[in-house]
Amino acid sequence: MMKPSKILVANRSAVAARVIRALKELGIPSVAVYSEADKNAPYLNQADDAVFIGDSLAAKSYLNEDALFEAMTRTGATALHPGYGFLSENPIFAQKVIDAGHVFVGPSPQWIEKMGHKTQARDFAKSVGWPIGSGSELLPDDDQLVIEMARSIGYPLIVKPAEGGGGIGMLVAQNEDKLLSAIERARSMAKRGFGSDALYLESLCLKPRHIEFQVIGDQYGDIRVLFERDCSIQRRHQKIIEEAIAPGIDRSLIQVQCEGIARGLRTLGYDSLGTVEMLYDTAGHFRFLEMNTRLQVEHGVTEEVLGIDLVQSQIRIALGERLKDVLPDDLSPQGHSIQARIYAEDSKRFYPSPGKLQAFEMPVGKNIRVETGYCVGMDVTQYYDPLLAKVIVHAPNRSQAITQLIAALRQTRIEGLSTNIEALIQIIQSEHFTSGNVHTDLAMEIVQQANRKRA
Amino acid sequence: MAVEQLKSEVTGSVWKIVASIGDDISPGDSIMIIESMKMEIPVICEDGGKLLALHVKEGDSVAEGQNIAEIEI
Repeated sequence: MMKPSKILVANRSAVAARVIRALKELGIPSVAVYSEADKNAPYLNQADDAVFIGDSLAAKSYLNEDALFEAMTRTGATALHPGYGFLSENPIFAQKVIDAGHVFVGPSPQWIEKMGHKTQARDFAKSVGWPIGSGSELLPDDDQLVIEMARSIGYPLIVKPAEGGGGIGMLVAQNEDKLLSAIERARSMAKRGFGSDALYLESLCLKPRHIEFQVIGDQYGDIRVLFERDCSIQRRHQKIIEEAIAPGIDRSLIQVQCEGIARGLRTLGYDSLGTVEMLYDTAGHFRFLEMNTRLQVEHGVTEEVLGIDLVQSQIRIALGERLKDVLPDDLSPQGHSIQARIYAEDSKRFYPSPGKLQAFEMPVGKNIRVETGYCVGMDVTQYYDPLLAKVIVHAPNRSQAITQLIAALRQTRIEGLSTNIEALIQIIQSEHFTSGNVHTDLAMEIVQQANRKRA
Repeated sequence: MAVEQLKSEVTGSVWKIVASIGDDISPGDSIMIIESMKMEIPVICEDGGKLLALHVKEGDSVAEGQNIAEIEI
């Protein structure tokens, strides 16, 4: 492996800590960067260098390309790991990194571009034979045409930003009366959130499960699908509980998807870590949702059941190693792993709750893994997403994993702000979750029911 | 007629003001949207009323519990 002299981690908090740890284990020096708000973050001490890159506002720091390039020059870093969020799925930035003679730890920019554009990604999925739901092309300005496109798909449907992500700007239209106002609102959110107001329509899948497949490819055309995760437990289209493997789905169905995904990505040589997200409907059909061309927040549950390190693998592949040298030949999921995301938000409505961490005690135990970028005394600010920590358990089976996760969450003590821990426990303990009867609206249903009981 | 102060439920910044002074707000409609931790939180006027004053403008920082608008109900 051609080792670069140093890798800069262009991110913050839990993912920065995770990547710095992987680099340390690989024996590669790391450079951490930080904004004003993160100057006391504990992982900064773990990196070989820590460079201040600007004010707390993301645009002034973690999205500040000039500051990142300057930090690379100053520290002699020759590669950049983007983490997730921020610049991780920006093909222009990735190309700039490469043009400057550095390694971008991610796929070729063409892949980021293709998959970042949702209708192009749908077209790709269709072209390689992946299942897709009915949907539209990009919406024209002509309202009458849009109404006709919507009629041909049928209601209810969902309006989605073409260049979006994270559920932002995704709005449901139950019927024709609601369509144009949903489009108008989605356009304004998309324009602001992603700089593009391009939208498309998709038929709405009712009570689906969110099943995603971990993929990894090298620069020599080798590709593998590392099974699935179930990420159905979400609030506002963002995941809060994830598990591997998906409960109650016939393994032969999963196998068919894994093979189809590997075939599709092999045809065009996907060359990094990525995730193919699918919806799984109540009739047992999969449909393509999107592909993320980066490390996922929930990569840990796959690592636990397969006994591998995805971050190290991603870095080694970016540095030119072959997949066959990076991962064991024979991998099959062992036991069950569940992750809960602890957010700085209240347990009733999931409203953000910035504040100072007066207490921050994470659970410890043999099969408990915690990923965080915070420590006691730190301010959790309004500038970034509310993720405080990820608590991951791995047990011989799902019911033991559930018991361990509940115990771990009860052991967690966070003071100084509100957290979603109570909601996480309510959800994990619910009959629907324990029986594996999950779907993407379940978390909100359980929490609303608990709120009604309380009232 | 009573005048009620509408408070922000979160610490964040004002992303968008969606109502104008003098508007009759229907119960459950939003007056503004506050952004915090990459989430958009609408400020909803539960009972409805006439929007008399706005104490903040777009881009302003707001603290939890801060008065942000006056409603006549």
